[in-house]
Amino acid sequence: MSRMVITPPGRLNLPRWRELWDAREVAYRFGQRDVILRYRQTAVGIVWVLLQPLVAAGIFSIVFGNLAGLPTDGVPYFLFSYIGMLAWNLFNGLVSRASGSLVANQALVAKVFFPRMLVPISSLFAVLLDFGVALVLGVVLLVVYGVNPGWGVLLMPVWLVCLLMFALGISLAASAWMVKYRDVTYVIPWLLQVGLYATPIAYSLSAVPEAFRWLFYANPLAWLVELFRASMLGTTPSEAWLAPAAVAASVVVLFLGVLVFQSREREFADLI
Amino acid sequence: MGAADSAISVSGLSKVYRIRSSSKHRPTRATEAIVHRLRHPFEKVEYEDFHALEDVDFEIPFGEAVGIIGRNGAGKSTLLKILTRITAPTTGRIELGGRVGSLLEVGTGFHPELTGRENIFLNGSLLGMRRAEIVRRFDEIVAFSGVEKFLDTPVKRYSSGMYVRLAFSVAAHLETEILAIDEVLAVGDAEFRNKSLAKMRDVAKDGRTVLYVSHQMATVTALCTSAIFLSAGRLVHSGTVDDVLQLYRDSFETVAETTAVAARRPGTGELRTSDVRVADTVFGSTEDKVIEIDVPANAESIGSYFISCHINDDNGVLVTKCDSRLVEAWFDPEQEQRVRLTVAGLWFTPGRYTVDVFLCRMGILDAWEAAASFEVLPELPYPESMNDEAIQGSLVLSNFTYERSGS
Repeated sequence: MSRMVITPPGRLNLPRWRELWDAREVAYRFGQRDVILRYRQTAVGIVWVLLQPLVAAGIFSIVFGNLAGLPTDGVPYFLFSYIGMLAWNLFNGLVSRASGSLVANQALVAKVFFPRMLVPISSLFAVLLDFGVALVLGVVLLVVYGVNPGWGVLLMPVWLVCLLMFALGISLAASAWMVKYRDVTYVIPWLLQVGLYATPIAYSLSAVPEAFRWLFYANPLAWLVELFRASMLGTTPSEAWLAPAAVAASVVVLFLGVLVFQSREREFADLI
Repeated sequence: MGAADSAISVSGLSKVYRIRSSSKHRPTRATEAIVHRLRHPFEKVEYEDFHALEDVDFEIPFGEAVGIIGRNGAGKSTLLKILTRITAPTTGRIELGGRVGSLLEVGTGFHPELTGRENIFLNGSLLGMRRAEIVRRFDEIVAFSGVEKFLDTPVKRYSSGMYVRLAFSVAAHLETEILAIDEVLAVGDAEFRNKSLAKMRDVAKDGRTVLYVSHQMATVTALCTSAIFLSAGRLVHSGTVDDVLQLYRDSFETVAETTAVAARRPGTGELRTSDVRVADTVFGSTEDKVIEIDVPANAESIGSYFISCHINDDNGVLVTKCDSRLVEAWFDPEQEQRVRLTVAGLWFTPGRYTVDVFLCRMGILDAWEAAASFEVLPELPYPESMNDEAIQGSLVLSNFTYERSGS
């Protein structure tokens, strides 16, 4: 029997991976709870998952595709923006769900011990389910439009994982800050809204005037969306450095998120 | 050190909460904090330290059921929270000889929309059970709770009794080496309570360790094999249950001594009760209890205040709360008040009682615990004299009659 030692928190807390893994059931049950609750008392249930990206892509194609006539590198506009929305909804869904998750479960955080990190992580389940359903429709759209992504599609899971890591890193930090400062609750939706337009979802990077392009290249989310879309549509990413930079950014953001979260984890119960 | 074979060994444990000095407001919004910092760039933030626990050492061997006893605010719950790792200690070191399971509050982690079955899994995993463990004990949990028929019904449709029984059952089947319990055995009907107590005793017999926090001395005596007495964050004594209970009872007098000095009492201190007297130090059970309270004037205090007077029994259980708002009595701080409180229509059980007096407006102005005490004579107000067993366990007595109806 191993002896558990409790000491005051140090400056740098790395998570106890073993414990996290042992308690994975908590994340799974939280995730299950979220999914069950979301559809238990709804009339059309899972259709909501499809409706959101479809309507958004539809509106984008009318406004940006038809009215503004933005270029999409030769891909049908509707398909172009739908795939972009797939990536965006994944990021948006995870950040908006996970960042408020600790505060939403404050009764638990104040009264029961379990590795806190599992609370934001559990948001992954619902988000991935949404993504999975929307992805199936995306594949159908690819077939309907007769777009063949080619072998490049094999890289899609890599960008998916990178997107998740990037989003999770931001979520972990945001959820930990939210415990102390509830302002984060208001800042996050606003940032996400700005992000939707600042990131090339409804337009391609090539539509951005040269003079401003560096600004868009400064946004790692733009790299990830661009790469994700390129792999799904069989186009070439605008710059070669995007791929390694995106992987590096995802790893760094996740790591920083974990550090921020861990440095505050042990005071959650006293502050929440 | 014999730490290797003890279930819990605690050394030098302290928990300090930093409270920002009450004069300055504490920003809860980042913007507020930034604005404040910009306006007062060189201001040093002043903190007051509140020691919830101070330098606590103890060791508990396996197979012991330990009661943790102390008055409100003595640090009992903080100690449990640290041992269960909900919150972190400020200093000190704790070694645990196994996993700690906690029954801190029945039903936390239950979700009303989920079914009984789903909640067993959710709650079980939160309490630290692995899936295989839950699956293995599932039938036992269900049988113990007695809600078999409603397993697939959302728990929001459960009666409160069923809810509590199911929640307790999940926690009671934890297989952790150490089990921490906070007041939860007081749930459900008498039958379920006895069942739970028996279950907890079995846990200790299995060689596991139980930590139990409660105000109910009866359950502590029934369950625990030893006890720890905490007072104001310090460990005063650890030993047999009887010794500790005696100390606990005596502690009411020590509290009376320390709170007699007005400046040491909690509350803003805008007003301080100067004297609290009971008309008689000994009352009969049914007699009116008269308590006189003097509060000097303070012309700078604005707005009327109310008085809340608590009467507690020997075990610290609140018997009755006499809040002057309920009878529309408000007092003017600009005048000296001599208040006479009469508690009528309540039959006290024989024993010692203490009186806490609180002066309040928006917050608490003065909190004087154990301001006075009185004794109720062991003469029962009933026509027949019986031995104590006839009234044992009742908190108060009542005026009752039995009549035969029919022929």
